[in-house]
Amino acid sequence: MIPDPSFLTVRDLYVQFKTEDGVVKAVDGLSFGLDRGRTLGIVGESGSGKSVTSMAVMGLHDPRYSEVSGEVWLDGENLLTATPRRMEALRGRKVAMIFQDSLSSLSPFHTVGSQIGEVLTKHTGASRREARERAIEMLARVGIPQPKLRVDAYPHEFSGGMRQRAMIAMALVCDPELVIADEPTTALDVTVQAQILDLLKALQEETGSAIIMITHDLGVIADVADEVMVMYAGRAIERGTRREVLKAPGHPYTWGLLASMPHLATDPDSPLRPVRGTPPSLLTLPSGCPFHPRCDYADRVPVDLCSTERPDLHPRTGHSSACYLSQTVKDQIRG
Amino acid sequence: MIRFLLRRLVSAAGIVMVVAATVFLLFYALPRDPARAFCGKLCLPENLKLLRHEMGMDLPIWQQFLAWAQGVVAGRDFPGVGRCEAPCFGYSFAKGEWVTETVLDRLPVTVSLSLGGAAVILTVGIGAGMLAAAKRGTWIDSLATSLSNIGGGMQIFFVGPLMVFVLSDTLGLLPRPRYTEFGDNPAKWFVGLLIPWIALSVIFYSNYTRLTRSMLLEQFNEDYVRTARAKGMSRRTTFFRFAWRGAMIPVVTQFGIDLGVLLGGAIVTELTFGLHGLGELVTQAFTNTDLPMLLGITVLSAGAIVLINVVVDALYAVIDPRVRLS
Repeated sequence: MIPDPSFLTVRDLYVQFKTEDGVVKAVDGLSFGLDRGRTLGIVGESGSGKSVTSMAVMGLHDPRYSEVSGEVWLDGENLLTATPRRMEALRGRKVAMIFQDSLSSLSPFHTVGSQIGEVLTKHTGASRREARERAIEMLARVGIPQPKLRVDAYPHEFSGGMRQRAMIAMALVCDPELVIADEPTTALDVTVQAQILDLLKALQEETGSAIIMITHDLGVIADVADEVMVMYAGRAIERGTRREVLKAPGHPYTWGLLASMPHLATDPDSPLRPVRGTPPSLLTLPSGCPFHPRCDYADRVPVDLCSTERPDLHPRTGHSSACYLSQTVKDQIRG
Repeated sequence: MIRFLLRRLVSAAGIVMVVAATVFLLFYALPRDPARAFCGKLCLPENLKLLRHEMGMDLPIWQQFLAWAQGVVAGRDFPGVGRCEAPCFGYSFAKGEWVTETVLDRLPVTVSLSLGGAAVILTVGIGAGMLAAAKRGTWIDSLATSLSNIGGGMQIFFVGPLMVFVLSDTLGLLPRPRYTEFGDNPAKWFVGLLIPWIALSVIFYSNYTRLTRSMLLEQFNEDYVRTARAKGMSRRTTFFRFAWRGAMIPVVTQFGIDLGVLLGGAIVTELTFGLHGLGELVTQAFTNTDLPMLLGITVLSAGAIVLINVVVDALYAVIDPRVRLS
């Protein structure tokens, strides 16, 4: 995905927040790319920089409190140097975002229909009536029953799944070419979750848009992602196709994530196996590999390399992990 | 909504009735005798007795109250004075005037003073709060916030004369406060009340500045405001279309309280500016133990406060569709 990215290219992205305690390096030199019609899954624990990355792509960080540097190329245009006015024109039209908590992310004061319609009005200058008709159309498209009635309902009158559908309708009303879905199914129960993911996939097939799917749920990744990037402490520590990352993970952290997932096949009484320790503070990152204090295999790498020198992803090839363990050792460990 | 309003209005009428009964009872317990007051200094015992009978004061208190209530609903005859048409709140023996007429005569002054003042307070207060929130962290923010703290600690009888002295007597920018009927000359009505309005707003606006500012800043952190930005809405649009709504609910609550305070405060405000409204009327009625007048004004004020509360509750539902009126 990195070599010749055509549609979205993120290069050396840094996002830092100035706080009273110091500078928080929320995203620390991140590079990735994505083609049209493909889905990139970004996985990681809370605080690994997933959402901050998506907000940076959207240009939604407040420059008063944050410093964003690097390059975000979308269709030949660097979003990080675009004017605020240009970004407003792009947001909602070319890049759209689906947020996690649909109850708090939709305005409680406006009807669902008007919230969908106003995106259209803003970007295409559609009339009130056109916007309303399009909103009804979109509600039908995302599978909301009786869209003509529902268009005038308020978000709190919807169920969680319907709200998330409405949110998707709102994001997709202008046929954006890049859709960023920030944990779109986290607040939903499992059956609704599957429906929402299917809906996203179906809509992607129709429109050919690129999707960035941010999640901490590897099940979601297995379901929808073509490519996967695993984030840890603001950096990508592994990337590859879904198959590569899920079947042949190369980073001990990815192993941990996979091992921590409960399976239906496992004995329900067997304890969950979480990744040992807690994510590092982004104020004072550990030296070397940020994961090494939690890594069970750091001693398998010669001359304290893990605690002194930070490993990087291979700049060019496809599947790659930022880890010093040799493939032979990894194969040994994984058995 | 209509059912809600009807139900609330019925219960409001009930509340006002209870207030009236309570005040009636209190006045009855007073050692002062209105008949004696009306009779004058040289009062013969038989005259007093006759007067008592004519005023209905020899009846048990509940009958007196019923007679008063009947007057409100259907009108009532006052022997020796005349017929009082409904809504009749009684006859002021001290002033020799019908309570309803006098109150209605004074009402426009107090309403102009309070509602006009409220309009200025809201405009200045919310405006300054919005400005402070939009320019958060700048000198404009600090200025708006610190200025609002100064006014909040002052009293009308200090600010009022000061404003008259500065704006009117020294600079000659505005005429001294004076009430002109709105219907007679709207411009004069406006200019004549401007100093009291400004003085009131100096005292009251600070709450609104602080509330609006903090509520708006809170709203800026709401997820749905971020969503609006993600849809391509400009800062201005998110400000006015989204953040504003959520910020207004506590402002409306505060306004409901302050409007009552403004009406009650009319006593001092009118005295300060020499305006002849209900506040002045109630002061006179108090010094003269003019019980019918006091009762009438009290019931009217209670009605106004209850009504304001109904309006505030209805406004909640208008602002926030999640509020259910039941």
